[in-house]
Amino acid sequence: MYQYNEIDQQLVEQRVAQFRDQTQRFLQGTLSEDEFRPLRLMNGLYIQRHAPMLRVAIPYGLLSSTQLRKLAHIARQYDKGYGHFTTRQNIQFNWPALETVPDILAELATVQMHAIQTSGNCIRNTTSDHLAGVTPDELEDPRPYCEIIRQWSTFHPEFAYLPRKFKIAVSGTEHNDRAATQVHDIGIYLTKNKTGEIGFKVLVGGGLGRTPFIAQVIRDFLPKQDLLSYLEAILRIYNLNGRRDNIYKSRIKILVNALGIEHFRDLVEAEWNQIRDGALQLENQRIEYFRNFFTPYTYDSSAGKNKSYAQQLLEDKDFAVWAKHNTRAHKIAGYRIVYICLKAPRIAPGDITDIQMDAVADLVDQYSFGLIRTTHNQNLILADVKQSDVYNVYKALEQQNLATANIGTLNDMICCPGLDFCSLANAGSIDVAKQINETFDDLDYLYDIGELELKMSGCINACGHHHVGHIGILGVDKKGEEFYQIQLGGSAANDASLAKIIGPAVAKTEVATSIGKILNVYTEQRINGERFIDTLRRLGIEPFKNAVYS
Amino acid sequence: MGKHIIKNRQIVEDNWQHLADEESLPASGDIIINYRRWQENRGSLKNFSGRLGITIGGEVSAETIKDDLAFFQLIAIAFAEFKDGRGYSYARLLRERYGFQGELRAIGNILQDQIYYLHRCGFDSFDLDQGRDINAALKAFSDFGTYYQPAVV
Ligand code: SF4
Repeated sequence: MYQYNEIDQQLVEQRVAQFRDQTQRFLQGTLSEDEFRPLRLMNGLYIQRHAPMLRVAIPYGLLSSTQLRKLAHIARQYDKGYGHFTTRQNIQFNWPALETVPDILAELATVQMHAIQTSGNCIRNTTSDHLAGVTPDELEDPRPYCEIIRQWSTFHPEFAYLPRKFKIAVSGTEHNDRAATQVHDIGIYLTKNKTGEIGFKVLVGGGLGRTPFIAQVIRDFLPKQDLLSYLEAILRIYNLNGRRDNIYKSRIKILVNALGIEHFRDLVEAEWNQIRDGALQLENQRIEYFRNFFTPYTYDSSAGKNKSYAQQLLEDKDFAVWAKHNTRAHKIAGYRIVYICLKAPRIAPGDITDIQMDAVADLVDQYSFGLIRTTHNQNLILADVKQSDVYNVYKALEQQNLATANIGTLNDMICCPGLDFCSLANAGSIDVAKQINETFDDLDYLYDIGELELKMSGCINACGHHHVGHIGILGVDKKGEEFYQIQLGGSAANDASLAKIIGPAVAKTEVATSIGKILNVYTEQRINGERFIDTLRRLGIEPFKNAVYS
Repeated sequence: MGKHIIKNRQIVEDNWQHLADEESLPASGDIIINYRRWQENRGSLKNFSGRLGITIGGEVSAETIKDDLAFFQLIAIAFAEFKDGRGYSYARLLRERYGFQGELRAIGNILQDQIYYLHRCGFDSFDLDQGRDINAALKAFSDFGTYYQPAVV
């Protein structure tokens, strides 16, 4: 994991001091609400329905146990005892008092954390593959490049007042994209060129929200040393040309589409040619410096010889079911990747209590090199658990209600905070999540349905990524009543696609039954172990639509 | 007495005069004109006896005047809205690409919280709106003592 040096530490501390001063000026009335807004947003602070919401950055989803304990402490001390993990691998606190936010930031700075650029019209936290470094399918660990981008983008003096927010994702594999790379403003894949050199494929203009787009390729191969100069060129072209007259048309996706990818590319390449040999060039030595923070652990080479895991799977059926759904193969024999489920029934997806956080911190100290990962599906991961320890981890998670065996199933849904917390919401999403959870409470049925991504947003801003759900649910307001639009066929994986609306929105009470009807079509029509999304792609949406509205 | 501005990290009295559209050209002195006047009266302005400055910003980009830089001792980039970040790129382009060495001034709706970034993008003078605390703004140059990425300074 990356460790702060003096420069990193100095910057976060000076940011705390700056924000403390801004907050004071706001409370004294010398900084107006209009002027304070963008400044507080650049520190992750929203004013929501009930109270401020503070979003804390978890760069590319990697957390140490010390940091997680600090988050638990903040939840306890400054909030109502819980936090909420987001679809961009960050954590949100829903109830801090405005006056205490500078103190929270000061606490975060003591463990190398911050809330810098977690909101606002600037470059946001760079996200990545939650399995980076531990799966055999990646070309290279993407996280060193995320850290390089994090540093370049932090307090970038030219790009703090962009037309709109800007999100970058990096994936180590083009073929098993787990980072929703193609729905980012810039998506980056590690790739190999014809001569075997590893560099980047760069995509631009993806994004969800009101007008969703899948990103387009702007450069097939970018040498590693040019990463930052190329990003700077894209950002400069966007900053100069992006629309500022209408916030719904100000994302880079709109610019790319208005100009066309060829024209946009010409502008970027011309700009890049002017700066590529400049100070942003990354020397190999510098890249190696960052890569060294992410070298693989010294794994126990005898871990694969352990027999107890196989035995426990035979003896404890519940454990076997959980292991099947909530663990994955590790690239090192004898290790497993363990998911911590934050989608237990009747719990808002992504929520975690202070006690659970402390328990998870203890677990990773004991069993997984002291590190936790957050996923964009709003779960957590212990990435490096020895087979022989998996049973103990399972038992400990079970005690904390963190072992519901539903990872990858319908109930492992993505859901934004919706009407319960968000002032922009048209409709509740958490209570619909509960409704779905309660309707589909039979795990065997869920397993039979298999891999299915359900994503739900409380309004058109699409924080719940409904456009790229196999099933997407969007809350809408119809004359003051909550209604839900159903969309089908989205995906954020390497075969990225946007979901299509199947018909008029349904009433709140009808959401789960409508999903049930859709699933019936699937179970009747699937062939040879097809996934839901495959059947849907083969049949088109008609039969599903007919089932819902007949 | 002229207005106070920040220049080279000091509070100084400003002796540049912003020439409004309807005002006629004075015989001498240091004047700042807008881009339209430059377009329309370029010939006579070139022979002006005093020093010449120009205001750009918003839709008037740095590129628009890149071939005329030799005529200007000062370029003012106006921020009609503090959230409009184009001026930051204009400043870097003027300094780093087009080689402008004169005074680069930020004017209009700018917050003290932006001084540090503006400075790093190449601005060396700041004409804050009425009512802004110029002393507080002066302190903002040292909001941060270090940085991650190259810029003008
Ligand atoms: S999708 Fe809408 S309701 Fe949900 S969090 Fe985003 S803005 Fe709020």
